Amino acid sequence: MFMTFTILVIKVDPIQRSVSWRWENMVMVGVGSFFLSFLWRYAMARKLAGNKNMAEGKILKTTIIQRLMEDPKLFRPALIFLAVFVVAFPFIFSHYQINIMTTALIYVVLGLGLNIVVGLAGLLDLGYVAFYAVGAYSYALLNYHFGLNFWFALPIGAGLGCLFGILLGFPVLRLRGDYLAIVTLGFGEIIRLVMENWNEFSFGPSGIANIPRPDFFGHEFSLQNATIFTYFIMIGLALLTIFFVNRLQNSRIGRAWIALREDEIACQSMGIDKTKTKLTAFALGATWAGMVGVMFAAKTTFINPPSFTFMESAIILSIVVLGGAGSITGVILGALILSLAPEYLREVREFRMLAFGACMVLMMVFRPQGLITNVRRVYKFEKSPDSKKEQNL
Amino acid sequence: MKDILEVKKLTMDFGGLRAIDNLDLDIQEKEIVALIGPNGAGKTTFFNCITGLYQPTGGDIVITPPGKPAERINGLKPNYVTQRGLARTFQNIRLFQNMTVLENVMIGRHCRTYAGVASAMFKTAFQRREENKIVQDSYEVLEKIGLSEYVNELAKNLPYGAQRRLEIARAMATDPFLLLLDEPAAGMNPQETRELDDLIIRIRDREGISILLIEHDMKLVMSLSDRIFVVDYGRKIAQGTPDEIKENPVVIKAYLGEDLDAQA
Amino acid sequence: MEHFQYFIELFLGGLTRGSIYALIALGYTMVYGIIQLINFAHGEIYMIGAFTSLIVAVVLTSLGFNQLSIIILASLIAVIYSSAYGYTIEKIAYKPLRNAPRLSALISAIGMSIFLQNYVQLAQTSDFVPFPSLIPDFDFVEPFAHIISTQEIIIILTTAVVMILLTILIKFTKIGKAMRATAQDREMALLTGVDVDLVISVTFIIGSATAAIGGFLIASHIGMINFYIGFIAGIKAFTAAVLGGIGSIPGAVLGGLVLGWTESFATGYISSDYEDVFAFALLVLILIFRPAGILGRTTAQKV
Repeated sequence: MFMTFTILVIKVDPIQRSVSWRWENMVMVGVGSFFLSFLWRYAMARKLAGNKNMAEGKILKTTIIQRLMEDPKLFRPALIFLAVFVVAFPFIFSHYQINIMTTALIYVVLGLGLNIVVGLAGLLDLGYVAFYAVGAYSYALLNYHFGLNFWFALPIGAGLGCLFGILLGFPVLRLRGDYLAIVTLGFGEIIRLVMENWNEFSFGPSGIANIPRPDFFGHEFSLQNATIFTYFIMIGLALLTIFFVNRLQNSRIGRAWIALREDEIACQSMGIDKTKTKLTAFALGATWAGMVGVMFAAKTTFINPPSFTFMESAIILSIVVLGGAGSITGVILGALILSLAPEYLREVREFRMLAFGACMVLMMVFRPQGLITNVRRVYKFEKSPDSKKEQNL
Repeated sequence: MKDILEVKKLTMDFGGLRAIDNLDLDIQEKEIVALIGPNGAGKTTFFNCITGLYQPTGGDIVITPPGKPAERINGLKPNYVTQRGLARTFQNIRLFQNMTVLENVMIGRHCRTYAGVASAMFKTAFQRREENKIVQDSYEVLEKIGLSEYVNELAKNLPYGAQRRLEIARAMATDPFLLLLDEPAAGMNPQETRELDDLIIRIRDREGISILLIEHDMKLVMSLSDRIFVVDYGRKIAQGTPDEIKENPVVIKAYLGEDLDAQA
Repeated sequence: MEHFQYFIELFLGGLTRGSIYALIALGYTMVYGIIQLINFAHGEIYMIGAFTSLIVAVVLTSLGFNQLSIIILASLIAVIYSSAYGYTIEKIAYKPLRNAPRLSALISAIGMSIFLQNYVQLAQTSDFVPFPSLIPDFDFVEPFAHIISTQEIIIILTTAVVMILLTILIKFTKIGKAMRATAQDREMALLTGVDVDLVISVTFIIGSATAAIGGFLIASHIGMINFYIGFIAGIKAFTAAVLGGIGSIPGAVLGGLVLGWTESFATGYISSDYEDVFAFALLVLILIFRPAGILGRTTAQKV
């Protein structure tokens, strides 16, 4: 522990030296980083010390959340309140706020989609954003060339996402976990690089502009109303996703995914087709990404390759990791925190990715089960078969 | 009596090492057969070959499920082997640790059920009926194995002996005609071992399932088995009834020379 | 004749590139060999090595040191810093997860990589920084200067030397033996008195040091660095490591060279727009068709 500290102190040294070397405008950066290092050291000390407390405090925390989730007397009013808030939101807050919230919802759905792949089936997909790009580009290009409208593009985007998922998944899903991560990462970069360089097809780095927003049976809204409309579509999509993912998770397929994550060999020996099950998870995750990609293109009306870098995949992954792999509530919470916090805390915005990275490491080290713990999720599993069983007997 | 599993001249090479060498073995309907031998004799490798985890280098594995024609299953993927009706347990317990006991057994039902992604998403009537059936069937299996008290526990929180039995329950849930048990009594105390003895007999008598087991506990092997196969260095050195095996000088030599503890 | 010269140029260019990939790939391979973890942050170590040597070199230049001492000090300090980083990363992000599922450690590694990238971006700059050309041109290279530069020769030679030193270290020293033992079976090594923690730390330090040398060399060769170079280089070096058979040191070098040539010839004869696509495509193809690599062996999964 002490050794870690000494090196953490040395860590800032190259930056300090940069002060003596760079011009005046870099002095601020140097000094700032110096203080940041102190902060970092304090945080580290607290983390190490707090590790034990956290382990003890965990039990208390989960019981509170559990009580909220399990007790209908508390849960229902909370749900109603949430529903009212969600509906009222666009009429209370500004245009800008609605946009932010729509983006957050996009991340919720992306997180839930990736959750199927990473959280349930335990397949680390680092190129998830590629399917998102496939969806976005399919809408943009189909609209550009054939004037296809949003509602037709939505299922097509989802379908193409699924298709790409299967095409990629088929050869790579035989690979071991860590190799799979690298291949998907490579694939994600290939898609982006192709989009960037294949000018005739994707208009290269300049991207595609003037993508129409969603319409309502041919009726086009004013900018203000279109934003609200987009927000509600996104709410709908998010609800649909939660609904489906929840059902999948507690189904025969969902159980197979979890079993696969737990022990691949035992899983096969219990009669589960490894490749098929993995492919289903992979393709379903890709389907959702494709669908949200269409949504993203429609919302921003402009897409270009830099929207789909590896960093985007990393953000989605940290949503899943932060929220708790496998837990729907956790992923929603994670998505809201990670996408809203940087918007509302503007001062620290440039430290966003830094914080994401740190958060991934710290979560893995101190709390691998995520914000919403495993215990709760399993409790839910315990609950449903149990009640069914009683019906039957 | 007819053979339900017939293994002929099975050979398995790892690089230059021959782990199994021209091994012959057969199991008949409702028979309990034990496969014994010193550590490293190739017993678990044999299981892995039969259940499709390894691709045998040579030889034939032919199964004849009750009421079905004979079929050669070399090189079939593990999940297809299980679908054909061979289920196994693992020497080093491989449960789905973070799933409940019931769910572990429900996974065993996977290959006998059909609901897919679409029916799960739309919760069709078929899917709901099937889900209920899975839960019911799985619970019944747990009752048979005597684990119903743990139904909602996480697998990893189970006592050791119960974990071993859960492995058997999970395998049973796949509706096998032949159960392959890899050291089911390992790490059990005498009380648990006696219960296991009863359980295995019960499975054979009531369910009509044949059993092939690897075991080091000689008392258990001798009391349970109808026939015993002894392997050493991947080769079969003896086969016969428990009494024959006890008297067999080759077996005694192999054991005294290699593994004294095993006889205890 | 012109065709031939173009070919030679591409060949040597590929050799230089490949050598750099090989230097970084060595670190991947060693770490993977010992703890079966893809050290995602390894590319970042390389980037930090490049930055450190840049900073040191500029500071020393402003202090009026002569060129030779700058080269030696800059590379030395870069090696020391990178090793310290490698050591710290292992202690913070991997050691607590040694018995956790592999997925956890992998996610932690990715997090560490993102963290370090942004740390350098924020602490330094997100723009490309010009890197001073430190290595002087040797006279005897003059006649061949249109084909190969002094820097390229030095890069190739350094890689060869590092590889030979590493092989000697692993084959003939005590710590090398301990490393091999740990790679084979960590628990058994521990039982027979090998200080596994120390071995792992040493592995990270050596891996980081080679990455730092790579960082220093490539930075002075290309003349530009930014915070993002580690990511791309990291993936490519990983490709090299997998290509040669991960866990094998000659494999890493061979893989690096094959990758370097592939890129060089593909960009030279096909199209330069898709430079990175070739590398990624090669990676995907290798992993799908021969995951054990050129020199790797397929190992049976233990049940």
